[in-house]
Amino acid sequence: MATTNRPDSPDRETLVQMYEIQNKIKTTDERFRSMLTSGQIQLIYYSPRGQECISAGYAVHLRPDDYVVTIYRGLHDHLAKGVPMRELWAEFLGRSTGTCKGKGGPMHITHPDSGLVVTTGIVGSGIPIANGFGLAAQLAGTDQVTVVNFGDGASNIGAFHEGMNMAAVWKLPVVFVCQNNLYGEHTPMSMSTGVEYISERGAAYGMPAVTVNGNDPVAMWHAAGEAIARARAGEGPTLIEARTYRFYGHLMGDAMEYMPKEERKAAMAADPVPAFRAWLLENGHATEAQLAEIEDKIVAMVDDAVEFAMNSPEPSLDELYTDVYEEIIK
Amino acid sequence: MTTTEPRIIPMGLALNEAMDIAMGLDEKVFLLGEDIAEPSGGVYKITKGLSTKYGTHRVRKTPISEAAIIGAAVGAAIAGYKPVAEIMIMDFIAVCLDQITNHAAKIRYMSGGQTTVPMVIRTSAGAGRQFGAQHSEMLEAWAVHTPGLKVVVPSNPADAKGLLISSIFDPDPVLFVEPMLMYWDPQYACDVPVGDNRIPLGKANIVREGKDVTVISYGKQVHDAVKAADILAGEGVSVEVIDLRTLVPLDEATVLASVSKTKRAVVVHEAVTRCGFGAELSSRIHEELFGTLAAPVARVGGQNTPVPYAKNLETAFVPQVADIVAAIKSLNK
Ligand SMILES: Cc1ncc(C[n+]2csc(CCOP(=O)(O)OP(=O)(O)O)c2C)c(N)n1
Ligand SMILES: [Mg+2]
Repeated sequence: MATTNRPDSPDRETLVQMYEIQNKIKTTDERFRSMLTSGQIQLIYYSPRGQECISAGYAVHLRPDDYVVTIYRGLHDHLAKGVPMRELWAEFLGRSTGTCKGKGGPMHITHPDSGLVVTTGIVGSGIPIANGFGLAAQLAGTDQVTVVNFGDGASNIGAFHEGMNMAAVWKLPVVFVCQNNLYGEHTPMSMSTGVEYISERGAAYGMPAVTVNGNDPVAMWHAAGEAIARARAGEGPTLIEARTYRFYGHLMGDAMEYMPKEERKAAMAADPVPAFRAWLLENGHATEAQLAEIEDKIVAMVDDAVEFAMNSPEPSLDELYTDVYEEIIK
Repeated sequence: MTTTEPRIIPMGLALNEAMDIAMGLDEKVFLLGEDIAEPSGGVYKITKGLSTKYGTHRVRKTPISEAAIIGAAVGAAIAGYKPVAEIMIMDFIAVCLDQITNHAAKIRYMSGGQTTVPMVIRTSAGAGRQFGAQHSEMLEAWAVHTPGLKVVVPSNPADAKGLLISSIFDPDPVLFVEPMLMYWDPQYACDVPVGDNRIPLGKANIVREGKDVTVISYGKQVHDAVKAADILAGEGVSVEVIDLRTLVPLDEATVLASVSKTKRAVVVHEAVTRCGFGAELSSRIHEELFGTLAAPVARVGGQNTPVPYAKNLETAFVPQVADIVAAIKSLNK
């Protein structure tokens, strides 16, 4: 983290709000991993740990009616956009009280009331769909913005290229956030991608593009703020490449032999969430008591959500055939 | 308002009218696809004049990006629009299948009903013009095999119009398969009522009543089934012809009632026979009526090959009237 105090930096309230989001993601992730490790729960889990600052950095610029599209590694985006903790946990656990009645699961969290409209498990596929949300806003003449998140690996699939081009041609109010954690599954970016920076690809579509340190909350806040303001003003899409690192590999249980030990160690030593906390205190943006209170509140919130989810029933078997179509067609 | 003034028009025009009516009724309806705006109005001219009437913001020419086209339709549909996406030729569905099967079809389910995808994918399909293997296929079975999609294949201009308006206002994603050869061929033109004459999805049409054999078909082959029925009428065989119109939802009740009466059934389609829709329908008829059938259900479909180019081979691929006649006769032995 290399956060700087610029004259146009976020105000205190925003800084603390970003920390709160980051901490909520970190605390939730830690709980998932500990419960998975201890065998209390079983599910496929893609940890977003290490990538918290990206979601917090764009989310504080968004309104509830703005749209977010994300991927299987999406817990950080879900929480940042305001998906409620209880329903989120219940959906991860496949319970009837989940956001999607237990029928979507972690890879398909959907909560339109929060503006979290699509979570996809197909690499790159959210990009063309995000354009549809952007098009809807453009046609309706609203100033809603769509933020679509995806990985570095996703920038090599056709949907990315088709989607970027269409967004640029139609000047859609979409912000493309490539969360570049340097790996796609077990393959480092250098072995799969012909450019050093994903942002270089913006030029191919005539789209403004920037690379930003995604682990620097203030830098991310600036980059997202500019892109979101442009989109809101009808000036078209932006590609943001936010450089980051995934601390726990591709998914829970990953042996991570393909990640150099020193590289991972260094990234984890530079953990952006505690670093931001320390920076807030050092610069007098928050007090220890204030942050501790937030942290306690979040722990209580996670405790409550876990209890809620664990005590919720599975969906009724009648749900098997509902929601395939509006009416039941067998 | 509906009127019954008779007008003989081709399917291409009927489809154009359907979209015109839907766009006039609801501002949320918009069209997107390659080359669909003026001056060309689409490679088959199905959207002729619509961009002039409704503007290029509602009749949108797209890049050659099928995944981006369907993706944009999916997102806009979730956000409250009713997009009608044109995929020029059905074979090109292959390059946007992810958006169709993993997203359009599954999003209602995956979200527990919170988000829905009311959109139509219109696509032209079918052999007979020597377009070769990549521009001729009928792939409706792919979509039928994907819960969440509705599948419509009209057989005449009046149905095409009525079914397309219904599809546009349907709450779920619809794959609307347009038999390419029928677009402008006057032999398939028919009386199409003016105005908003919707035909509900899931309601088969008994095209011709008969008592000895039921022939079940859809799309262009309905006409071949009727020709076969004409031929056999001369030989004293009474053939009932059912046009399914929609494969999902399927009007199973009409099919089963008919086959209960005739005790014999032939399913006819142009798509490759192996794992074609006929396999499913034949199986359903056997499951429901096995003990009462006078003969096993027969299938008449395309050969199990890519669609060939040479005229004689292409003709050999596509089921012909004579094949339907032969199949019916085989049941009456
Ligand atoms: C179309 C498709 N191909 C392959 C996969 C399997 N897969 C899941 S995640 C992943 C890696 C994606 O990497 P990246 O886009 O960098 O995102 P990250 O997981 O690093 O956040 C792959 C190959 C998939 N889900 N979808
Ligand atoms: Mg990655």
